[in-house]
Amino acid sequence: MNIGFLPLVDAALPILAQEHGFAEEQGLHLNFIRDVSWASVLDRLLYGHTDAAHLLAPLAIATTLGRGRPATALSVPFILGLNGNAITLSHKLADVVAPDGKLGDPVAVGDKLKAEIAARATYGHRVRFGVVHRYSSHNYKLRYWLAQCGIVPDRDVDIVTIAPPFAADALASEEVDGICVGEPWNSVAVERGVGRIVLVTAQIWRRGVEKVLAMPAERLDNEREKIERLVRALHFAAKHFVDPENWDANANILARSEYLDGSAKLINRAISDRILLTANAQPVDVPDFMFQYREAANFPWTSQAAWLYSQMVRWDHLEYRAEDQLRAEQVFRPNVYRTALKGLDTPMPGANAKLEGSVTGNMPVGSTQGRLTLGANPFFDGRVFDPLEVEKYLDSLPKS
Amino acid sequence: MRIAVIDENPVRAAIIEDGLAEVGERDVFVISERSGMARAIESIDPDVILIDLGNPSRDMLEEYFAVSRAVSRPIAMFVEQSDDDTIGAAIDAGVSAYIVDGLSQRRMKPILDLAIRRFQAFSRLQTELKEARDALSERTIIDKAKKILIKKRNISEPEAHKLLRDHAMNSNKRMAEVAEAIVTAEQLLGGGL
Repeated sequence: MNIGFLPLVDAALPILAQEHGFAEEQGLHLNFIRDVSWASVLDRLLYGHTDAAHLLAPLAIATTLGRGRPATALSVPFILGLNGNAITLSHKLADVVAPDGKLGDPVAVGDKLKAEIAARATYGHRVRFGVVHRYSSHNYKLRYWLAQCGIVPDRDVDIVTIAPPFAADALASEEVDGICVGEPWNSVAVERGVGRIVLVTAQIWRRGVEKVLAMPAERLDNEREKIERLVRALHFAAKHFVDPENWDANANILARSEYLDGSAKLINRAISDRILLTANAQPVDVPDFMFQYREAANFPWTSQAAWLYSQMVRWDHLEYRAEDQLRAEQVFRPNVYRTALKGLDTPMPGANAKLEGSVTGNMPVGSTQGRLTLGANPFFDGRVFDPLEVEKYLDSLPKS
Repeated sequence: MRIAVIDENPVRAAIIEDGLAEVGERDVFVISERSGMARAIESIDPDVILIDLGNPSRDMLEEYFAVSRAVSRPIAMFVEQSDDDTIGAAIDAGVSAYIVDGLSQRRMKPILDLAIRRFQAFSRLQTELKEARDALSERTIIDKAKKILIKKRNISEPEAHKLLRDHAMNSNKRMAEVAEAIVTAEQLLGGGL
């Protein structure tokens, strides 16, 4: 099978499934096709150059709903990970809004940022952020955070798209004042001394869905048995990925020229949740920075697809439509995950949807297989998302 | 018709520009710099934008097209999905296109076909260049291996050549591979050559 990917740390699971033989155990051989833009990853997927791809979760939904292109139904049977992104600000801005030597508190940083935006506006400067794609969790989490802090994203700041490899350059040249990107690109900016990591996206939503394994729905249905084998291979790769014993070896594999073509040292920091916030400092522990396996992290909760749809409505200024929400939810295919991993030693949730952001401490939840305990998964503002009440939820959010 | 070619590889951009100019009745503009790309497109106001699939600015461009009112809403090439073959061939060749809404498939097809041929011609050229370079380095390594054989076995140059060739034929390998093994072994064993 051909798998499309962008050189990011969270492309790890398919790569390691092949490298460690988990794919072979399932009778699969994975070839990888690397691209430098999501547009190209998507083109190849839609035109059969690749069988499946590492993709931004919101982009899979946007493609299904026909945003920006003719609608093509995509399916997601497996989540490649939660979070793993950060907000890096230029030193000039970070020094004003964030504490030194540790991560900021989202509310405190947001308050100071709001004041700074107002101050700069008096002399005609608009704060600019770079995100990796219009349909990315980076964009949605950045906007969610800004809006909750009283900043109206479309009115008060500029948010532009920047390819991850250029993010550090854009900070350096003051083209933007902040970036919200995945690893290793925040760390690259930090190492170059052009910015400081002030927040990680896990602080905005502790268990937010990030990249997914996506493929055309038609392919999944035609090759269901084969796709289930791929899901099993990814599951074993995820289990292996989170074991500290394997971090060094995995970082070295991912750094290779055919994969991320980057620094094993920086990749290792991301996968071990040790983040260097600013140049010439010591890495700090950022628990749950990347979240690849525990708590059924790879399970495609339809409520997470629904949350992404709610943000698409919010920021694309769409009319909410129940049938669109349903189409968005149907992109996530929990039943494929269920049949693929049936009988394995892995906890399986009893439900396909949950109240997102409602868990404040370890909470055992109903399961059909094994025992499942979910950890805290709050949004930083304490709001809870109920997929059955999306319109009410949208009404409750700060207006834009 | 106004065509913008975005390519950071100036050689390929020139090859495409050249091809498009031959077809006539077209204004072709080449953009090879990433900075200021959006402004450049705005001032060109193209009907068609050709961009290589490996260009990292595609996401930025699509975002720009989605929000900008300056350019009249170009859309990705496969909006008219009637011609999957052309689109497949374009992706194979590594070219993507954005077409201003309303431009007909009929007018677009010859341009896309030409771009595909030019992209293919360029990658053939690249392959030939690479093969030429490889051939050069193969000859160097074969010469090195021969020198080692001449010295170690005290034989003539034609004999060394025959030895290499026969061994390659018998072991179903290329001469360069056998030569490389000899040179590597010599280096590992600390030979003075």
